[in-house]
Amino acid sequence: MSPVFSNLLAQPGVALAAEAAVKIAVVIVVLMGMVAYTVLAERRICALIQDRLGPNRVGAFGLLQPIADSFKLLLKENVLPGHVNRFWYVLAPTIAMAPPLLTLAVIPFGNTLAGFNLVIADLDVGVLWIFSIASLGVYGIVLAGWASNSKYPFLGGMRSAAQLISYEVPMGLSVVSVFLLVGSLKLSNVVAYQAGTWLIFKAPLAFLIFLVSAFAETNRLPFDLPEAEQELVGGYNTEYGQMKFALFFLAEYANMIVASALIVTLFFGGWQVPFVRVEAFGPILAGALGVAAFFVKLLAFIVFFIWVRWTLPRFRYDQLMRLGWRVLLPLALLNIVATALALALKLRA
Amino acid sequence: MEPPGLNHWLVVSAMLFCIGAAGVVLRRNLLVVLMSLEIMLNAANLALVAFSRYGNGLDGQIFVFFVITVAAAEVAVGLAILVALYRLCGTVRVSDIATLKL
Amino acid sequence: MEAALFHLFSFLTLAGALLVITRRDPVNAAMLLVLTFFFMAGLFVLAHAWFLAAAQILVYAGAIMVLFLFVIMLLDAKEETRRCFGRVAGVGALAVGGALLAALAGVIRDGRLWRVPAGDAEGTTAAVGRLLFNTYLLPFEVASVLLLAATVGVIVLIRAPRRPDDAPPSA
Repeated sequence: MSPVFSNLLAQPGVALAAEAAVKIAVVIVVLMGMVAYTVLAERRICALIQDRLGPNRVGAFGLLQPIADSFKLLLKENVLPGHVNRFWYVLAPTIAMAPPLLTLAVIPFGNTLAGFNLVIADLDVGVLWIFSIASLGVYGIVLAGWASNSKYPFLGGMRSAAQLISYEVPMGLSVVSVFLLVGSLKLSNVVAYQAGTWLIFKAPLAFLIFLVSAFAETNRLPFDLPEAEQELVGGYNTEYGQMKFALFFLAEYANMIVASALIVTLFFGGWQVPFVRVEAFGPILAGALGVAAFFVKLLAFIVFFIWVRWTLPRFRYDQLMRLGWRVLLPLALLNIVATALALALKLRA
Repeated sequence: MEPPGLNHWLVVSAMLFCIGAAGVVLRRNLLVVLMSLEIMLNAANLALVAFSRYGNGLDGQIFVFFVITVAAAEVAVGLAILVALYRLCGTVRVSDIATLKL
Repeated sequence: MEAALFHLFSFLTLAGALLVITRRDPVNAAMLLVLTFFFMAGLFVLAHAWFLAAAQILVYAGAIMVLFLFVIMLLDAKEETRRCFGRVAGVGALAVGGALLAALAGVIRDGRLWRVPAGDAEGTTAAVGRLLFNTYLLPFEVASVLLLAATVGVIVLIRAPRRPDDAPPSA
């Protein structure tokens, strides 16, 4: 290392910024890699469920398929339909891609490794930040539907906006009981709290509501109404092609991965390794095991998301709304009251 | 540069408030008028946050919390009135809604 | 660093607000307002109002502006073909804005405000929550009633208009 560089790094602010930059780069590269291979996994698992083979020609087991796909999408001709609102039409896919990337900033994917905290920004408002950013996901979809200036995308966009807003409410309320138990919004505290028992055993109803809402928020089957192929052609992205379409596609998978990561962090102990006291192995191995545990849980949930998609049929729109407002919302409220009462009684005793 | 003082915050807040007020006078589209109202509310929020920062207490921030709550209710009702108005008159331009009786 | 960020976010907030009130297309105005709220959240962070910065994005950018966008798109509010404001309105707006600014500047010029030192209050979730659920518990409950009233009001206002055959005879 040249002396100028090491002097620069010696300043506290610069070192922090450099550390954050490295973490951001690593997290984005890992996420994009995971997105690419989740798409492949989806295609292979779906084929397995339907008793087919799926893409297996490019490379061993089709492992090079994502690379071939991305080349195909990148090399396509850039077409801009004549009837769209150009500015928002081009910007909408980017807006859709932003929330999952921003959300990842607060999710701890490990304890510490070589003295570094394995989270980009451990905010005091942690979960609140996630909900703030997640609520921005609507914009990309609504703007895409509106800017396409065409009826099917517009209907798809409006549907999805209504769906996302409806399910944000039970999702937010279900997490309240987690806060009541942990006493903090900070995700590192939530993970630390689960050192003994995971929160799924203490707040199973909250987990269930959160899981269902997460499926709706990520537009996955059985709630993929915004892009219901049979009635809305392709939904909000009907008028899109090439890389712009690919961005929507990637955003959907990135959302799914982030939702899985959030479920793991909130209810399944994050990077905590169950049954084993990893501290005994020394700091480096313990940190690495934590990261490994996080990723194993994460992958399990991604597979679960895919499995559900190819197993369940789609809900009708009115059923979807009824489930959100008349079932999940009252249940979430009940859950909060019950948890608060239980905690109050425990304090009294 | 020295850190900003209370007066800097208040200047920004005052300018933001004036932009909002000017927007209410300026625009004929009721939707944008409502947005200008939001800008004014936010200017007040900014001043309250600044006072809380320099007044050594969180009470200003609590007040902002309530302002945000009221703003949410206000926008919901305001937009509902707007939609009802649109059903009656077919427009959201203030200058076209000139009758007292519909 | 703090000063630079303060000036940057202040400039962006004010520029965003100015653009909001002068755009012809309401969709552009709404999206610019979302951006403005983000810059304001940045200012909140600089004022150590961590909780409010998150609440600002959650409520304003995530809920209120989505509602705006929804209504704009449902009403199909087109870009205004003529200029979006008349000359009289322009002069009036300048006058109102200028007069208000002059009045406010008169207050802010007070030299005592310049020397107030920054306090050490941290707007963390826990601190805000403790205050909210102790000192301000009653206002908090009243606010929830207000929200309920707004919900009921909106549902009443938005209900589909009755069909002509069961409408009461109009005068």
